[in-house]
Amino acid sequence: MTKPSSHMSGPSRPSGPDVPPDEPLTDAEAAEEAHARRRHRLERFLQVAVFCAIVGAWELSAQTGLADPFFFGKPSGIAATIWRWATRGTPQGPLWQHVAVTLEETILAFGIGVLIGVVAGFALARNRTLATVLGPYVRMGNAIPRVILGSIFVIWLGLGMASKVALGVTLTFFVVFFNAFQGVREVDPNLTNNARILGAGPRQLSFDVMLPAALGWITSSLHTSFGFALVGAVVGEFIGATHGLGYLVAAAQGAFNANGVFAAMVILSVVALIADALVTWLERRLTPWRPAAMTQTF
Amino acid sequence: MRDLTFEVARGEFCAIVGPTGSGKSTTLNLIAGLERPSRGQVVVLGEVVTDGARGVGYMFQTDAIFPWKTVLQNVCTGPLYRGVPRHVAQRQAHEWISRVGLAGFEDRYPNQLSGGMRKRVALAQTLINEPAVLLMDEPFASLDVQTRTLMENELLELWSGSSASVVFVTHDLEEAIALADRVLVFTAAPATVKQSYRIALPRPRNVAEVRFDPRFTQLYERIWEDLRDEAVIAYERSLKAIRS
Repeated sequence: MTKPSSHMSGPSRPSGPDVPPDEPLTDAEAAEEAHARRRHRLERFLQVAVFCAIVGAWELSAQTGLADPFFFGKPSGIAATIWRWATRGTPQGPLWQHVAVTLEETILAFGIGVLIGVVAGFALARNRTLATVLGPYVRMGNAIPRVILGSIFVIWLGLGMASKVALGVTLTFFVVFFNAFQGVREVDPNLTNNARILGAGPRQLSFDVMLPAALGWITSSLHTSFGFALVGAVVGEFIGATHGLGYLVAAAQGAFNANGVFAAMVILSVVALIADALVTWLERRLTPWRPAAMTQTF
Repeated sequence: MRDLTFEVARGEFCAIVGPTGSGKSTTLNLIAGLERPSRGQVVVLGEVVTDGARGVGYMFQTDAIFPWKTVLQNVCTGPLYRGVPRHVAQRQAHEWISRVGLAGFEDRYPNQLSGGMRKRVALAQTLINEPAVLLMDEPFASLDVQTRTLMENELLELWSGSSASVVFVTHDLEEAIALADRVLVFTAAPATVKQSYRIALPRPRNVAEVRFDPRFTQLYERIWEDLRDEAVIAYERSLKAIRS
Protein backbone atom coordinates (compact mmCIF):
# COMPACT_ATOMS: atom_id res chain seq x y z
CA MET A 1 0.00 0.00 0.00
CA THR A 2 1.37 3.36 -0.88
CA LYS A 3 0.86 6.35 1.33
CA PRO A 4 0.17 9.75 -0.14
CA SER A 5 2.38 12.56 0.90
CA SER A 6 0.63 14.98 3.18
CA HIS A 7 -1.01 17.81 1.37
CA MET A 8 -2.08 19.80 4.36
CA SER A 9 1.35 20.93 5.41
CA GLY A 10 4.20 22.57 3.60
CA PRO A 11 5.39 26.13 3.81
CA SER A 12 3.23 28.60 1.99
CA ARG A 13 5.14 30.92 -0.24
CA PRO A 14 4.00 34.51 -0.32
CA SER A 15 2.97 34.46 -3.94
CA GLY A 16 0.02 36.83 -3.82
CA PRO A 17 -0.56 39.63 -6.25
CA ASP A 18 0.93 42.10 -3.79
CA VAL A 19 4.39 40.54 -3.91
CA PRO A 20 6.87 42.89 -5.59
CA PRO A 21 8.30 41.84 -8.98
CA ASP A 22 11.70 40.14 -9.16
CA GLU A 23 14.48 42.32 -7.93
CA PRO A 24 17.97 42.06 -9.41
CA LEU A 25 20.04 39.39 -7.70
CA THR A 26 22.83 40.32 -5.36
CA ASP A 27 26.32 38.89 -5.95
CA ALA A 28 25.93 36.32 -3.21
CA GLU A 29 22.65 35.12 -4.64
CA ALA A 30 24.09 34.90 -8.12
CA ALA A 31 27.05 32.89 -6.82
CA GLU A 32 24.69 30.54 -5.02
CA GLU A 33 22.63 30.04 -8.13
CA ALA A 34 25.72 29.31 -10.21
CA HIS A 35 26.82 26.81 -7.59
CA ALA A 36 23.43 25.07 -7.71
CA ARG A 37 23.64 24.90 -11.51
CA ARG A 38 27.11 23.39 -11.36
CA ARG A 39 26.00 20.74 -8.94
CA HIS A 40 22.98 19.94 -11.08
CA ARG A 41 25.25 19.46 -14.13
CA LEU A 42 27.59 17.21 -12.15
CA GLU A 43 24.68 15.05 -11.04
CA ARG A 44 23.46 14.64 -14.61
CA PHE A 45 26.97 13.79 -15.76
CA LEU A 46 27.32 11.13 -13.06
CA GLN A 47 23.96 9.67 -14.03
CA VAL A 48 25.15 9.16 -17.61
CA ALA A 49 28.52 7.92 -16.39
CA VAL A 50 26.91 5.12 -14.35
CA PHE A 51 24.99 3.97 -17.43
CA CYS A 52 28.13 4.05 -19.61
CA ALA A 53 30.16 2.13 -17.03
CA ILE A 54 27.64 -0.70 -16.75
CA VAL A 55 26.94 -1.04 -20.45
CA GLY A 56 30.65 -0.60 -21.28
CA ALA A 57 31.70 -3.33 -18.86
CA TRP A 58 29.06 -5.65 -20.29
CA GLU A 59 30.10 -4.97 -23.89
CA LEU A 60 33.78 -5.38 -23.01
CA SER A 61 33.32 -8.72 -21.27
CA ALA A 62 31.23 -9.95 -24.20
CA GLN A 63 33.87 -8.84 -26.72
CA THR A 64 36.75 -10.42 -24.76
CA GLY A 65 34.86 -13.65 -24.21
CA LEU A 66 34.66 -13.19 -20.43
CA ALA A 67 30.89 -13.60 -20.73
CA ASP A 68 29.58 -15.77 -23.52
CA PRO A 69 27.47 -13.49 -25.77
CA PHE A 70 25.36 -16.49 -26.77
CA PHE A 71 23.93 -16.66 -23.24
CA PHE A 72 24.38 -13.13 -22.01
CA GLY A 73 23.88 -11.15 -25.20
CA LYS A 74 25.78 -7.94 -25.71
CA PRO A 75 24.70 -4.30 -25.76
CA SER A 76 25.71 -3.70 -29.37
CA GLY A 77 23.78 -6.82 -30.40
CA ILE A 78 20.73 -5.68 -28.45
CA ALA A 79 20.88 -2.23 -30.06
CA ALA A 80 21.19 -3.86 -33.49
CA THR A 81 18.22 -6.11 -32.76
CA ILE A 82 16.07 -3.17 -31.69
CA TRP A 83 17.10 -1.25 -34.80
CA ARG A 84 16.31 -4.24 -37.04
CA TRP A 85 12.93 -4.78 -35.39
CA ALA A 86 12.10 -1.10 -35.65
CA THR A 87 13.11 -0.72 -39.29
CA ARG A 88 12.41 -4.14 -40.82
CA GLY A 89 10.01 -5.63 -38.32
CA THR A 90 10.33 -8.65 -36.04
CA PRO A 91 10.17 -12.23 -37.28
CA GLN A 92 6.62 -12.18 -35.84
CA GLY A 93 5.45 -9.06 -37.66
CA PRO A 94 5.95 -5.29 -37.35
CA LEU A 95 7.22 -4.03 -33.99
CA TRP A 96 4.68 -1.26 -33.57
CA GLN A 97 1.90 -3.80 -33.78
CA HIS A 98 3.26 -5.69 -30.78
CA VAL A 99 3.78 -2.50 -28.81
CA ALA A 100 0.26 -1.36 -29.66
CA VAL A 101 -1.29 -4.65 -28.58
CA THR A 102 0.53 -4.68 -25.24
CA LEU A 103 -0.33 -1.03 -24.62
CA GLU A 104 -3.97 -1.57 -25.45
CA GLU A 105 -4.20 -4.53 -23.08
CA THR A 106 -2.43 -2.57 -20.35
CA ILE A 107 -4.59 0.52 -20.65
CA LEU A 108 -7.80 -1.51 -20.77
CA ALA A 109 -6.78 -3.51 -17.71
CA PHE A 110 -5.68 -0.35 -15.93
CA GLY A 111 -8.91 1.50 -16.69
CA ILE A 112 -11.21 -1.35 -15.71
CA GLY A 113 -9.16 -2.26 -12.65
CA VAL A 114 -9.05 1.33 -11.37
CA LEU A 115 -12.75 1.83 -11.95
CA ILE A 116 -13.81 -1.36 -10.16
CA GLY A 117 -11.22 -0.80 -7.46
CA VAL A 118 -12.37 2.73 -6.65
CA VAL A 119 -16.06 1.83 -6.71
CA ALA A 120 -15.57 -1.27 -4.56
CA GLY A 121 -13.15 0.41 -2.16
CA PHE A 122 -15.51 3.32 -1.75
CA ALA A 123 -18.57 1.13 -1.24
CA LEU A 124 -16.88 -1.07 1.35
CA ALA A 125 -15.42 1.87 3.24
CA ARG A 126 -18.80 3.61 3.43
CA ASN A 127 -20.85 0.53 4.28
CA ARG A 128 -19.87 -1.37 7.40
CA THR A 129 -22.04 -4.41 6.66
CA LEU A 130 -20.63 -4.75 3.16
CA ALA A 131 -17.10 -4.47 4.53
CA THR A 132 -17.70 -7.12 7.18
CA VAL A 133 -19.35 -9.55 4.77
CA LEU A 134 -17.01 -9.16 1.81
CA GLY A 135 -13.79 -8.25 3.63
CA PRO A 136 -12.49 -11.82 4.13
CA TYR A 137 -13.15 -12.70 0.49
CA VAL A 138 -11.26 -9.69 -0.76
CA ARG A 139 -8.32 -10.63 1.44
CA MET A 140 -8.54 -14.22 0.18
CA GLY A 141 -8.62 -13.04 -3.40
CA ASN A 142 -5.60 -10.88 -2.80
CA ALA A 143 -3.73 -13.85 -1.33
CA ILE A 144 -4.05 -15.91 -4.52
CA PRO A 145 -0.86 -15.70 -6.58
CA ARG A 146 -2.57 -13.91 -9.45
CA VAL A 147 -0.06 -14.88 -12.12
CA ILE A 148 -1.32 -18.47 -11.90
CA LEU A 149 -4.74 -17.18 -12.93
CA GLY A 150 -3.21 -16.38 -16.32
CA SER A 151 -3.44 -20.04 -17.29
CA ILE A 152 -7.10 -20.21 -16.32
CA PHE A 153 -7.88 -17.03 -18.23
CA VAL A 154 -6.19 -18.39 -21.36
CA ILE A 155 -8.36 -21.51 -21.11
CA TRP A 156 -11.51 -19.46 -20.50
CA LEU A 157 -10.94 -16.53 -22.78
CA GLY A 158 -8.55 -17.83 -25.42
CA LEU A 159 -5.29 -16.48 -26.80
CA GLY A 160 -6.71 -13.07 -27.62
CA MET A 161 -6.71 -9.81 -25.76
CA ALA A 162 -9.43 -10.66 -23.23
CA SER A 163 -7.34 -13.11 -21.21
CA LYS A 164 -4.52 -10.56 -20.78
CA VAL A 165 -6.91 -7.80 -19.79
CA ALA A 166 -8.55 -10.09 -17.25
CA LEU A 167 -5.19 -10.94 -15.70
CA GLY A 168 -4.21 -7.26 -15.59
CA VAL A 169 -7.52 -6.35 -13.95
CA THR A 170 -7.08 -8.92 -11.18
CA LEU A 171 -3.65 -7.43 -10.47
CA THR A 172 -4.68 -3.77 -10.68
CA PHE A 173 -7.93 -4.05 -8.80
CA PHE A 174 -6.50 -4.94 -5.40
CA VAL A 175 -3.92 -2.17 -5.32
CA VAL A 176 -6.51 0.48 -6.10
CA PHE A 177 -9.14 -1.15 -3.92
CA PHE A 178 -7.04 -1.14 -0.77
CA ASN A 179 -5.89 2.42 -1.33
CA ALA A 180 -9.39 3.73 -2.01
CA PHE A 181 -10.69 1.87 1.04
CA GLN A 182 -7.94 3.21 3.27
CA GLY A 183 -8.27 6.69 1.81
CA VAL A 184 -11.97 6.93 2.59
CA ARG A 185 -11.45 5.45 6.05
CA GLU A 186 -8.76 7.97 6.89
CA VAL A 187 -10.60 11.10 5.83
CA ASP A 188 -9.93 13.77 8.44
CA PRO A 189 -13.02 13.76 10.71
CA ASN A 190 -12.64 17.53 10.94
CA LEU A 191 -13.44 17.78 7.24
CA THR A 192 -16.52 15.57 7.43
CA ASN A 193 -17.73 17.37 10.55
CA ASN A 194 -17.24 20.71 8.86
CA ALA A 195 -19.15 19.51 5.80
CA ARG A 196 -21.99 18.24 7.97
CA ILE A 197 -22.24 21.55 9.79
CA LEU A 198 -22.20 23.38 6.48
CA GLY A 199 -25.23 21.35 5.49
CA ALA A 200 -23.94 18.38 3.48
CA GLY A 201 -26.29 15.43 3.00
CA PRO A 202 -25.06 11.83 2.70
CA ARG A 203 -24.57 12.10 -1.07
CA GLN A 204 -22.62 15.32 -0.83
CA LEU A 205 -20.59 13.87 2.00
CA SER A 206 -19.67 10.92 -0.23
CA PHE A 207 -18.92 12.67 -3.49
CA ASP A 208 -17.94 16.16 -2.47
CA VAL A 209 -15.87 15.33 0.62
CA MET A 210 -14.89 11.65 0.94
CA LEU A 211 -14.02 11.03 -2.69
CA PRO A 212 -11.76 14.08 -3.18
CA ALA A 213 -10.19 13.48 0.23
CA ALA A 214 -9.40 9.90 -0.76
CA LEU A 215 -8.13 10.98 -4.17
CA GLY A 216 -4.67 11.55 -2.74
CA TRP A 217 -4.49 7.90 -1.74
CA ILE A 218 -6.03 6.72 -4.98
CA THR A 219 -3.73 8.68 -7.26
CA SER A 220 -0.68 7.55 -5.36
CA SER A 221 -1.71 3.97 -6.11
CA LEU A 222 -1.96 4.66 -9.84
CA HIS A 223 1.78 4.29 -10.46
CA THR A 224 1.90 0.91 -8.78
CA SER A 225 -1.29 -0.28 -10.41
CA PHE A 226 -0.21 0.77 -13.90
CA GLY A 227 2.93 -1.28 -13.40
CA PHE A 228 0.76 -4.23 -12.39
CA ALA A 229 -1.45 -3.81 -15.44
CA LEU A 230 1.64 -3.99 -17.63
CA VAL A 231 2.89 -7.08 -15.78
CA GLY A 232 -0.53 -8.67 -16.30
CA ALA A 233 -0.44 -8.00 -20.03
CA VAL A 234 3.12 -9.23 -20.54
CA VAL A 235 2.76 -12.34 -18.39
CA GLY A 236 -0.49 -13.14 -20.17
CA GLU A 237 1.23 -12.85 -23.52
CA PHE A 238 4.06 -14.97 -22.22
CA ILE A 239 1.66 -17.78 -21.30
CA GLY A 240 -0.09 -17.82 -24.61
CA ALA A 241 -0.62 -15.18 -27.27
CA THR A 242 -0.17 -14.34 -30.91
CA HIS A 243 0.89 -10.71 -30.44
CA GLY A 244 2.50 -8.42 -27.92
CA LEU A 245 5.86 -7.72 -26.32
CA GLY A 246 5.51 -10.66 -23.95
CA TYR A 247 4.99 -12.88 -26.97
CA LEU A 248 8.17 -11.43 -28.53
CA VAL A 249 10.10 -12.34 -25.38
CA ALA A 250 8.68 -15.85 -25.43
CA ALA A 251 9.52 -16.25 -29.13
CA ALA A 252 13.09 -14.98 -28.68
CA GLN A 253 13.51 -17.29 -25.71
CA GLY A 254 12.33 -20.23 -27.81
CA ALA A 255 15.01 -19.42 -30.40
CA PHE A 256 17.73 -19.04 -27.73
CA ASN A 257 18.08 -15.44 -28.85
CA ALA A 258 19.39 -13.67 -25.75
CA ASN A 259 19.72 -10.36 -27.60
CA GLY A 260 16.07 -10.65 -28.63
CA VAL A 261 14.91 -11.17 -25.04
CA PHE A 262 16.92 -8.15 -23.89
CA ALA A 263 15.70 -6.07 -26.83
CA ALA A 264 12.08 -6.76 -25.94
CA MET A 265 12.91 -5.94 -22.35
CA VAL A 266 14.40 -2.57 -23.28
CA ILE A 267 11.38 -1.68 -25.41
CA LEU A 268 9.10 -2.72 -22.56
CA SER A 269 11.02 -0.50 -20.13
CA VAL A 270 10.78 2.49 -22.44
CA VAL A 271 7.04 1.94 -22.83
CA ALA A 272 6.70 1.65 -19.04
CA LEU A 273 8.67 4.86 -18.45
CA ILE A 274 6.56 6.83 -20.92
CA ALA A 275 3.40 5.42 -19.37
CA ASP A 276 4.66 6.36 -15.91
CA ALA A 277 5.19 9.94 -17.04
CA LEU A 278 1.63 9.97 -18.35
CA VAL A 279 0.33 8.69 -15.01
CA THR A 280 2.25 11.47 -13.23
CA TRP A 281 0.59 13.97 -15.54
CA LEU A 282 -2.80 12.41 -14.80
CA GLU A 283 -2.07 12.61 -11.09
CA ARG A 284 -1.34 16.35 -11.32
CA ARG A 285 -4.52 16.87 -13.27
CA LEU A 286 -6.57 14.97 -10.72
CA THR A 287 -5.10 16.67 -7.66
CA PRO A 288 -4.19 20.21 -8.73
CA TRP A 289 -4.41 21.45 -5.14
CA ARG A 290 -1.33 19.56 -4.08
CA PRO A 291 1.91 21.50 -4.22
CA ALA A 292 4.00 20.37 -7.19
CA ALA A 293 7.06 19.63 -5.05
CA MET A 294 5.17 16.93 -3.22
CA THR A 295 4.15 14.92 -6.25
CA GLN A 296 7.55 15.33 -7.88
CA THR A 297 9.66 12.23 -8.35
CA PHE A 298 13.33 12.04 -9.21
CA MET B 1 -19.14 16.18 32.09
CA ARG B 2 -21.87 16.33 34.70
CA ASP B 3 -24.65 18.74 35.63
CA LEU B 4 -23.57 21.15 32.95
CA THR B 5 -26.27 23.72 32.47
CA PHE B 6 -25.96 27.11 30.87
CA GLU B 7 -27.83 29.33 28.50
CA VAL B 8 -26.63 31.71 25.86
CA ALA B 9 -28.96 34.53 24.93
CA ARG B 10 -29.60 35.64 21.35
CA GLY B 11 -26.83 37.87 20.09
CA GLU B 12 -24.68 37.19 23.14
CA PHE B 13 -20.95 36.58 22.91
CA CYS B 14 -20.16 33.91 25.47
CA ALA B 15 -16.65 32.65 26.10
CA ILE B 16 -15.84 29.40 27.85
CA VAL B 17 -12.55 28.95 29.66
CA GLY B 18 -11.46 25.95 31.66
CA PRO B 19 -8.55 23.63 32.27
CA THR B 20 -7.33 21.21 29.62
CA GLY B 21 -9.58 18.18 29.22
CA SER B 22 -12.56 19.73 30.97
CA GLY B 23 -14.84 19.03 28.03
CA LYS B 24 -14.93 22.45 26.37
CA SER B 25 -14.74 21.02 22.86
CA THR B 26 -17.22 18.30 23.75
CA THR B 27 -19.65 21.02 24.81
CA LEU B 28 -19.43 22.60 21.37
CA ASN B 29 -19.84 19.23 19.66
CA LEU B 30 -22.96 18.64 21.73
CA ILE B 31 -24.43 21.99 20.75
CA ALA B 32 -23.63 21.31 17.10
CA GLY B 33 -25.19 17.86 17.30
CA LEU B 34 -21.96 16.15 16.25
CA GLU B 35 -22.08 14.19 19.50
CA ARG B 36 -25.10 13.18 21.55
CA PRO B 37 -25.38 13.62 25.29
CA SER B 38 -25.68 10.35 27.22
CA ARG B 39 -28.18 12.18 29.41
CA GLY B 40 -29.90 15.53 29.16
CA GLN B 41 -30.53 17.65 26.12
CA VAL B 42 -29.35 20.59 24.10
CA VAL B 43 -31.82 23.18 22.87
CA VAL B 44 -30.87 25.49 20.00
CA LEU B 45 -33.38 28.12 18.84
CA GLY B 46 -36.15 26.38 20.74
CA GLU B 47 -35.52 23.00 19.14
CA VAL B 48 -34.00 19.97 20.83
CA VAL B 49 -30.83 19.02 18.96
CA THR B 50 -30.88 15.43 17.72
CA ASP B 51 -28.72 15.04 14.65
CA GLY B 52 -27.01 18.16 13.37
CA ALA B 53 -28.40 21.40 14.76
CA ARG B 54 -29.84 23.86 12.29
CA GLY B 55 -28.68 27.45 12.16
CA VAL B 56 -25.33 26.56 13.68
CA GLY B 57 -21.90 27.52 12.35
CA TYR B 58 -18.75 25.90 13.67
CA MET B 59 -15.14 27.01 13.38
CA PHE B 60 -12.80 24.22 14.34
CA GLN B 61 -9.50 24.42 16.12
CA THR B 62 -7.54 22.87 13.25
CA ASP B 63 -7.95 23.73 9.60
CA ALA B 64 -11.15 22.19 8.33
CA ILE B 65 -11.44 23.97 5.00
CA PHE B 66 -11.27 21.62 2.02
CA PRO B 67 -7.74 21.44 0.59
CA TRP B 68 -9.01 20.41 -2.86
CA LYS B 69 -11.22 23.47 -3.25
CA THR B 70 -10.13 26.96 -4.10
CA VAL B 71 -10.97 29.83 -1.76
CA LEU B 72 -14.06 30.66 -3.80
CA GLN B 73 -15.21 27.03 -3.92
CA ASN B 74 -14.59 26.65 -0.20
CA VAL B 75 -16.69 29.67 0.68
CA CYS B 76 -19.43 28.56 -1.76
CA THR B 77 -19.71 25.16 -0.12
CA GLY B 78 -22.35 25.96 2.49
CA PRO B 79 -24.88 27.68 0.22
CA LEU B 80 -24.43 25.00 -2.46
CA TYR B 81 -25.10 22.25 0.08
CA ARG B 82 -28.21 24.12 1.08
CA GLY B 83 -29.50 24.23 -2.45
CA VAL B 84 -28.73 27.85 -3.34
CA PRO B 85 -28.23 28.22 -7.13
CA ARG B 86 -24.58 28.36 -8.16
CA HIS B 87 -24.51 31.93 -9.45
CA VAL B 88 -26.18 33.26 -6.29
CA ALA B 89 -23.80 31.27 -4.10
CA GLN B 90 -20.82 32.62 -6.00
CA ARG B 91 -22.02 36.20 -5.69
CA GLN B 92 -22.46 35.76 -1.94
CA ALA B 93 -19.06 34.08 -1.72
CA HIS B 94 -17.32 36.97 -3.50
CA GLU B 95 -18.95 39.35 -1.07
CA TRP B 96 -17.79 37.38 1.97
CA ILE B 97 -14.31 36.87 0.59
CA SER B 98 -13.82 40.60 0.30
CA ARG B 99 -15.41 41.13 3.71
CA VAL B 100 -12.73 38.96 5.32
CA GLY B 101 -10.06 40.71 3.26
CA LEU B 102 -9.20 37.98 0.77
CA ALA B 103 -10.31 39.66 -2.47
CA GLY B 104 -7.89 38.66 -5.22
CA PHE B 105 -7.21 35.26 -3.70
CA GLU B 106 -10.38 33.53 -4.94
CA ASP B 107 -8.53 31.03 -7.12
CA ARG B 108 -5.88 30.02 -4.59
CA TYR B 109 -5.82 26.62 -2.95
CA PRO B 110 -5.50 26.54 0.86
CA ASN B 111 -1.92 25.25 0.75
CA GLN B 112 -0.96 28.45 -1.08
CA LEU B 113 -2.23 30.59 1.79
CA SER B 114 -0.78 31.51 5.17
CA GLY B 115 -2.29 30.25 8.43
CA GLY B 116 -4.09 33.54 9.03
CA MET B 117 -5.54 33.56 5.52
CA ARG B 118 -6.80 30.02 5.95
CA LYS B 119 -8.59 31.14 9.12
CA ARG B 120 -10.19 33.95 7.13
CA VAL B 121 -11.42 31.42 4.57
CA ALA B 122 -12.87 29.32 7.39
CA LEU B 123 -14.54 32.40 8.85
CA ALA B 124 -16.12 33.34 5.52
CA GLN B 125 -17.13 29.73 4.89
CA THR B 126 -18.93 29.64 8.23
CA LEU B 127 -20.48 33.11 8.22
CA ILE B 128 -21.87 32.89 4.67
CA ASN B 129 -24.52 30.53 6.06
CA GLU B 130 -25.57 33.31 8.43
CA PRO B 131 -25.67 31.04 11.48
CA ALA B 132 -27.79 32.09 14.44
CA VAL B 133 -25.31 30.37 16.71
CA LEU B 134 -21.61 30.52 15.98
CA LEU B 135 -19.43 27.94 17.73
CA MET B 136 -15.71 28.58 17.86
CA ASP B 137 -13.20 26.12 19.27
CA GLU B 138 -9.94 27.94 19.92
CA PRO B 139 -10.08 29.12 16.33
CA PHE B 140 -7.03 31.38 16.52
CA ALA B 141 -4.85 29.23 18.78
CA SER B 142 -2.45 28.34 15.99
CA LEU B 143 -1.81 31.94 14.92
CA ASP B 144 0.99 34.26 15.96
CA VAL B 145 0.05 37.01 18.40
CA GLN B 146 -0.22 39.89 15.90
CA THR B 147 -2.28 37.94 13.39
CA ARG B 148 -4.41 36.72 16.21
CA THR B 149 -5.23 40.23 17.48
CA LEU B 150 -6.12 41.26 13.94
CA MET B 151 -8.42 38.29 13.53
CA GLU B 152 -10.06 38.90 16.91
CA ASN B 153 -10.87 42.48 15.98
CA GLU B 154 -12.19 41.36 12.65
CA LEU B 155 -14.36 38.74 14.30
CA LEU B 156 -15.85 41.35 16.62
CA GLU B 157 -16.60 43.61 13.69
CA LEU B 158 -18.24 40.86 11.65
CA TRP B 159 -20.20 39.69 14.67
CA SER B 160 -21.47 43.20 15.52
CA GLY B 161 -22.98 43.34 12.03
CA SER B 162 -24.97 40.16 12.66
CA SER B 163 -27.39 39.02 15.33
CA ALA B 164 -25.59 35.76 15.99
CA SER B 165 -24.88 34.28 19.40
CA VAL B 166 -21.30 33.15 19.81
CA VAL B 167 -19.94 30.38 21.99
CA PHE B 168 -16.20 30.82 21.99
CA VAL B 169 -13.99 28.20 23.62
CA THR B 170 -10.47 29.22 24.52
CA HIS B 171 -7.86 28.54 27.14
CA ASP B 172 -6.62 32.12 26.88
CA LEU B 173 -8.35 34.17 29.54
CA GLU B 174 -7.26 37.50 28.03
CA GLU B 175 -8.82 36.57 24.73
CA ALA B 176 -12.01 35.51 26.50
CA ILE B 177 -12.40 38.78 28.41
CA ALA B 178 -11.44 40.95 25.45
CA LEU B 179 -14.05 39.38 23.20
CA ALA B 180 -16.99 38.27 25.30
CA ASP B 181 -20.07 39.64 27.02
CA ARG B 182 -19.87 36.80 29.48
CA VAL B 183 -17.13 34.40 30.52
CA LEU B 184 -17.98 30.94 31.84
CA VAL B 185 -15.34 29.16 33.90
CA PHE B 186 -15.54 25.37 33.67
CA THR B 187 -14.31 23.15 36.45
CA ALA B 188 -11.84 20.34 35.92
CA ALA B 189 -13.55 17.15 34.72
CA PRO B 190 -16.34 16.28 35.35
CA ALA B 191 -17.11 19.70 33.96
CA THR B 192 -19.75 21.97 35.38
CA VAL B 193 -20.01 25.72 35.22
CA LYS B 194 -18.01 26.99 38.15
CA GLN B 195 -18.73 30.66 37.73
CA SER B 196 -20.20 33.05 35.22
CA TYR B 197 -18.77 36.54 34.85
CA ARG B 198 -20.44 39.41 33.06
CA ILE B 199 -17.95 41.50 31.13
CA ALA B 200 -19.33 45.02 31.15
CA LEU B 201 -16.60 46.56 29.04
CA PRO B 202 -18.01 49.04 26.48
CA ARG B 203 -18.37 48.12 22.80
CA PRO B 204 -17.12 48.54 20.15
CA ARG B 205 -13.91 47.19 21.60
CA ASN B 206 -10.43 47.17 20.23
CA VAL B 207 -8.88 43.93 21.40
CA ALA B 208 -5.39 45.39 21.39
CA GLU B 209 -6.37 48.37 23.57
CA VAL B 210 -9.04 46.99 25.88
CA ARG B 211 -6.35 45.03 27.72
CA PHE B 212 -5.08 48.25 29.27
CA ASP B 213 -8.48 49.18 30.73
CA PRO B 214 -8.26 48.99 34.55
CA ARG B 215 -11.61 47.19 34.65
CA PHE B 216 -10.07 44.55 32.35
CA THR B 217 -7.26 43.95 34.82
CA GLN B 218 -9.70 43.67 37.71
CA LEU B 219 -11.83 41.14 35.91
CA TYR B 220 -8.77 39.23 34.84
CA GLU B 221 -7.54 38.88 38.42
CA ARG B 222 -10.90 37.70 39.71
CA ILE B 223 -11.50 35.15 36.99
CA TRP B 224 -7.91 33.96 37.00
CA GLU B 225 -8.18 33.01 40.66
CA ASP B 226 -11.09 30.68 39.83
CA LEU B 227 -9.42 29.31 36.78
CA ARG B 228 -6.08 28.72 38.48
CA ASP B 229 -7.63 26.52 41.15
CA GLU B 230 -9.21 24.34 38.49
CA ALA B 231 -6.03 24.23 36.44
CA VAL B 232 -4.10 23.06 39.50
CA ILE B 233 -6.62 20.29 40.11
CA ALA B 234 -6.43 19.20 36.48
CA TYR B 235 -2.64 19.29 36.54
CA GLU B 236 -2.34 17.23 39.69
CA ARG B 237 -4.70 14.67 38.22
CA SER B 238 -2.65 14.37 35.07
CA LEU B 239 0.49 13.90 37.19
CA LYS B 240 -1.21 11.13 39.10
CA ALA B 241 -2.34 9.49 35.88
CA ILE B 242 1.20 9.48 34.52
CA ARG B 243 2.70 8.11 37.74
CA SER B 244 0.30 5.17 38.01
